[in-house]
Amino acid sequence: MEEMSITKTNIKQPRTQSLASRIWKYRQLYLLLLPALIYVLIFSYGPMYGIQIAFKNYKGALGIWRSHWVGFKHFIDFFTGFYFWDLLRNTLVLSMYNLLMSFPIPIIVALILNETGPKFKKTAQTILYAPHFISMVVLCGMIVTMFSKESGVVNTLLEMLGMERVYFMGEPGAFRHLYVWSGVWQGMGWNAIIYIAALSAVDPSLHEAASIDGATRMQRIIHINIPTIMPTIVITLIMAVGRIASVGYEKAYLLQTNLNVEVSEIISTYVYKRGIVDANYSFSTAVGLFNNIINIILLLTANKISEKISETSLF
Amino acid sequence: MKASRKLRRISAFDIIVTVISLVLVILVLYPLVLVVSSSVSDPVAVAAGEVVLLPKGFTLDGYLRVFQDKNIMLGYANTIFYTVVGTMINLAVTVPAGYVMTKSEVPGVKVIMMLFLFTMYFSGGLIPTFLLVNSLGLYNTRWVLLILGAFSVYNCIICRSFFSGLPKELEEAAFIDGSSYIGTFFKVVLPLSKALLGVMVLYFAVGHWNSYFSAMIYTYDNEIQPLQLFLRRILIEEQTSAEMMAGSGDEYAAQQQYVAALIKYAVIVVSSLPLMIIYPFLQKYFEKGVMIGSVKG
Repeated sequence: MEEMSITKTNIKQPRTQSLASRIWKYRQLYLLLLPALIYVLIFSYGPMYGIQIAFKNYKGALGIWRSHWVGFKHFIDFFTGFYFWDLLRNTLVLSMYNLLMSFPIPIIVALILNETGPKFKKTAQTILYAPHFISMVVLCGMIVTMFSKESGVVNTLLEMLGMERVYFMGEPGAFRHLYVWSGVWQGMGWNAIIYIAALSAVDPSLHEAASIDGATRMQRIIHINIPTIMPTIVITLIMAVGRIASVGYEKAYLLQTNLNVEVSEIISTYVYKRGIVDANYSFSTAVGLFNNIINIILLLTANKISEKISETSLF
Repeated sequence: MKASRKLRRISAFDIIVTVISLVLVILVLYPLVLVVSSSVSDPVAVAAGEVVLLPKGFTLDGYLRVFQDKNIMLGYANTIFYTVVGTMINLAVTVPAGYVMTKSEVPGVKVIMMLFLFTMYFSGGLIPTFLLVNSLGLYNTRWVLLILGAFSVYNCIICRSFFSGLPKELEEAAFIDGSSYIGTFFKVVLPLSKALLGVMVLYFAVGHWNSYFSAMIYTYDNEIQPLQLFLRRILIEEQTSAEMMAGSGDEYAAQQQYVAALIKYAVIVVSSLPLMIIYPFLQKYFEKGVMIGSVKG
């Protein structure tokens, strides 16, 4: 007991300084933190104050605070609206398809590159990173031109093979494939970095021991490399699942044409059009909030499942 | 180990792995090569879809037109401005915050960290942000493109992971010598953090260079718009309309399509070239940066 009280006073010693004097002591650190704090309070938490207009009938003249409450009217309008199920389906199908392709391919790329020689690997990586640095506008511009009906190289090749020219940008059936596979093209090198880094942490003695025991290289990949990068895979997957409902609207918007809108209209492009273009602020805030809540539910669910299965979790 | 590797025969496995890698490399390179080839080809051949890999004919007319186009050059200048000034603001706001986040003994830091982390998962959304920007009088100003996104929680966490990996002894020695916190940060910590700064500059600069959505929402004045918005008009909007016109068999439209095709590819090259040249030199930094970021905070 005595010992405990001694340690207690020992711990308390530095705390005899009041909170105010400790804050004063660290004033320079607060100064370094201040710009970020101000930014977050104004530009991250400021808009959260504005979320209330999802439950109000926002009128510019009245402002956020004095606009009248309407409860869940906008949500009900959205859920019972003509577009709701289409939007939800488009959003989820596009993002699930995207996740299904964009997530495993970089892992495979990393596993394959890891088996090549160091010089070849480095050059291949440098080239595979290139598309990551291309802007979304340029990427979509490249898609539009390469798949153009009149002058696109894809149609030239189709014609060489004796097939009909297709107006891909106006073809609803083509939109999701263009969206997802251009994303794979752009991201497979960059997104492999994290796994390549994780693979460099594999203990070489494991491989030596395994090859002495007669394991083939394929077996060593499956039983040594993949288990080593598993925690990285799980964390990246949870993050990706949490972003499912916020699938890249910038790209969907750029690839959208009047003819493919039936599949390319997703919740976030709808928010942009109804909100910014039509100035329907309250309604689209409600739709955006709904989107954000779906994201959080998905993230928390993925996190819980992973906690149970692999004991890896975000929080 | 090394010697035995060198002596090892090239197996079927090696061949398969190399062939797959080569196919991936070719798939990535092909569209890039095609763009460059098309940008110097005879526009008639390009418009007819005859350029499949190597240039058909040779002309630099597309590039001449791009460099003579007032709007493109204006957008280019604006983009350079936003990238340079915006990146400096990003660094000034994000990097010091990441440093302070390593000092958990400072009262309030943990709470502020929670405050930051929360914004990664929940945000006010597009419209409330738009209304806020309007009410602050930032709409259609250069400021909005510099300030929005000035701080990045994700990058702040990367900074924090990096700083907490630095040896504590140097900082402590500086404190004993009577150095202030700010002095220590700038004179001791930052000089050890060149790799981190390299990664941050790359991340932020690429973000500024390539962004279009904020500019599309928050600005309408050509004078202050970045290159990506002009690109969007040239690449996305023109193409669709030209294609629709061409369908109606209008000769004027066909003529316009040649010019459009010329400019399109050249402008893709001109706008993407700076980053394409820079990134290979920063490869070892950003590879490290992704690794730092992957460490769970």
